[in-house]
Amino acid sequence: MEGFLHQVFAGVANGCIYGSVALALVMIYQATHHLNFAQGEMATFSTFIAWALIQQGWPYWAAFAVTVAVSFAAGLVIQRVVLRPVERAPVLTNVNVFIGLLLIFNALSGWLFDHTVKSFPSPFAQESFLKTRFFSAHEMGSFLVMMAVLLALYAFFRFTSLGLAMRAAALNPDSARLVGIRVSWMLAVGWGLAAAIGAVAGMMVAPVVFLDPNMMAGILLYGFASALLGGVDNPFGAVIGGLVVGVLENLLGAYVIGTELKLTVALVLIVGTLTLMPAGLFGKRVVTRV
Amino acid sequence: MNGPTTSTASGAAAAPADGTATATAPAGAGVWRSPLFWLGLALAVAALCVLPFLVKNYRVFQFNLVLVYAIAILGLNILTGFNGQISLGHGAFYAVGAYAAAILMERAGVPYWATLPVAGALCFVFGFLMGFPALRLGGHYLAVATLALALAVPQLLKYKLIEGWTGGVQGIVLNKPEPPFSFRFLGQPFNSDRWLYFFTLAVVVVMFWLAWNLLHGRVGRALIAIRDHPIAASAMGINLPVFKSLTFGVSAAFTGVAGALGASVIAFVSPDSFTVNLSIFLLVGMVVGGLASIPGAFFGAIFIQFVPNIADEISKSAPAAIYGVLLIGLMYLMPTGVMGLVRTLWLRWRSRFSAAASSSNARPKET
Amino acid sequence: MPSLLEVADLTAAYGATQVLHGVSFAIEAGQITAVLGANGAGKTTTLRAVCQMVRTGGSVRFEGRELVGSATENVVRLGVAHVPDGRGTFAALSVEENLRLGAYVRRDKPRVAEDIERMYARFPRLKERRHQQAGTLSGGEQQMLAISRALMLRPKLLLLDEPSFGLAPKIVAEIFRILSTINAEDKVSMLLVEQNAHLALGLAQHAYLLETGRVALSGTSQALMADESVRRVYLGY
Repeated sequence: MEGFLHQVFAGVANGCIYGSVALALVMIYQATHHLNFAQGEMATFSTFIAWALIQQGWPYWAAFAVTVAVSFAAGLVIQRVVLRPVERAPVLTNVNVFIGLLLIFNALSGWLFDHTVKSFPSPFAQESFLKTRFFSAHEMGSFLVMMAVLLALYAFFRFTSLGLAMRAAALNPDSARLVGIRVSWMLAVGWGLAAAIGAVAGMMVAPVVFLDPNMMAGILLYGFASALLGGVDNPFGAVIGGLVVGVLENLLGAYVIGTELKLTVALVLIVGTLTLMPAGLFGKRVVTRV
Repeated sequence: MNGPTTSTASGAAAAPADGTATATAPAGAGVWRSPLFWLGLALAVAALCVLPFLVKNYRVFQFNLVLVYAIAILGLNILTGFNGQISLGHGAFYAVGAYAAAILMERAGVPYWATLPVAGALCFVFGFLMGFPALRLGGHYLAVATLALALAVPQLLKYKLIEGWTGGVQGIVLNKPEPPFSFRFLGQPFNSDRWLYFFTLAVVVVMFWLAWNLLHGRVGRALIAIRDHPIAASAMGINLPVFKSLTFGVSAAFTGVAGALGASVIAFVSPDSFTVNLSIFLLVGMVVGGLASIPGAFFGAIFIQFVPNIADEISKSAPAAIYGVLLIGLMYLMPTGVMGLVRTLWLRWRSRFSAAASSSNARPKET
Repeated sequence: MPSLLEVADLTAAYGATQVLHGVSFAIEAGQITAVLGANGAGKTTTLRAVCQMVRTGGSVRFEGRELVGSATENVVRLGVAHVPDGRGTFAALSVEENLRLGAYVRRDKPRVAEDIERMYARFPRLKERRHQQAGTLSGGEQQMLAISRALMLRPKLLLLDEPSFGLAPKIVAEIFRILSTINAEDKVSMLLVEQNAHLALGLAQHAYLLETGRVALSGTSQALMADESVRRVYLGY
């Protein structure tokens, strides 16, 4: 029983990361109705920036804060400059642009920071008060950070005027314009937020899997699976989807198929969810009238 | 996405500016009768036959890869360009075809040329099955699912349980097929690579002829109808699920045959040869060559074979970055790819030509 | 003194289809003006053209300022509120959130809260449902919400596109009565598009008749009501 619980909790810890990535994906999907394939590579690049700052001697939380801010700005700029020209283009065009961004960020990471695997520090000291019976200090810390991010987002969207405007712009862009909301800027802010969340996810996962340009490829896939499972237009669903995927992955890995086929598990989850439950657990069912 | 799919009497149709293109017959139907055409064709064939003897072995090997990728890209184009189903996972079908051929050759002693139809059939089934969940997925959802496929397959190929067949992480080393007879021409021996060149060329001719026939008839129009107006197509009696799954199967079969061919050309398969990068490269090749263009596959293949070599000299990461910049740039400036550009220029040249002709035959204005 | 809204030779097109072929009219501050016409005459397009939601040519001057070429968001900031056809409420957001959004561009927070209370006073039914999702409201209530949201802007000009559409006559009467009150008390000018000519001419002081993208008739409501052709074709007697 102890072993089983351990696997479950380890799954929850992983699930936090998947949930964070899924949250970033949902953020962009809600605003633009596109899935950002470059999310993982952007997060990796952000983590490299943090690493570089820490290498320069910056204290951890200062590097963290600056990285999040820079990522936000970068996400905003990317939306305005790279994505705006193809906003109304067909899906394949957008997918191609996302893949292009994926390639560029991956190449940038490799070129600026080379391909050797690096270690990334965790801000949660191993023996700190955070350590519990089933979670390491870092796992507990990551969980708390993610909860904090989620709460901050919830408060932002529920209680601030800008948050309300972003929700409106995503729901009904035409009506949003009629109340004076600058819809394109709302999209840009959405991207900025997604990039910032991605950076946080990257910095939480790097201490565990070690930092290299391809760190996020598999995690991104799990992020997609989580977002789809939770309902791709629902932020809470994304987080819960992440936890479910994390636990499932661990349990399947420990008791059913071994740890070598994790990506196949992701594939089956994705195809299964899309086929059987297209709206996910918490998403809205969309009925198209012909 | 409303490009007209009819061919006018002179055979050329407009390419819509939204990044999609329609399949039309190039030039005029009357060109077949021109003796100039046949002379040109004969010269081209002669040039193609002499080419492998004019260059070194390694170049011939590279040409072979270009031909292989051309078939693979054609397969992808059938699904994504003509039928609008986005696939980021065609590398998986290529891998399945390659491994099928390798296993057949190494473990069952099947001759290399026989592996092609088997790989094709296997990948057809695989693609057809993949087509069923794909029916309910559109746009980026399908992209995500196929991306998952692309990422999962290399990991699957390393799986311990099937190591006996797949050779695990190390893969399978193969013997390049020997040419059936040997001679020297222009100072170069007729070796494996050169024999494979002609073999691959023959396969290319067959596959492209198949694709041409498929896509220029009712089937092709149905595919394009499904891509552009699925509801209307369905209302007109096109059985969408069957068509879309079949298209997936055929597309996978083409790329699978390319994979099997590739296995013989490279004489080696391993899981790390078929990472997600391959799927992305095929996508880039398709976009560069031109969506829904059969000849475009060659340009795409040339691009993805030779550009990384040039880019590698700049930096190890450079090819990916260049592809990335190019993908984005193409989407802004030339979404219809090389063939789209060629078509636009061709139309412009023709209209200028016919305008000049009609102005010299000016008739008095009718009241 | 320039008119509140001056439209000159307005053309508008959706893609390749031209809908307005040179519309010209002017409305003065404080008035309610109706735009009448059959289906497809271009009434909705005219309102959308004022808000720059469609590709336009010609000139649209609001308080002397040229609007053609501006973004919709900027037109709104000048004091033009638009109640689109189909209400355009944010169905997934609550009634109160919809009202808050109406005041998005305003900087005077305390007065916004006051205004929300005023809307509730005018439309008690909205107050009952303040935390309900807008999409669950009845048609009449959604129309009230849409109008209230537009009024939260404290606009100088209110554009209304078919406010009577799909509503029961009793509700319509109530809404039109309130519109008249708003015009009189808050001095909000209105440009009203209506297929129901009777209703429109009852509320408005001036009216324009559009036919296939051009102004066919214009004048005071009494004049149009008395006009033979208008009576026969649009009023039915």
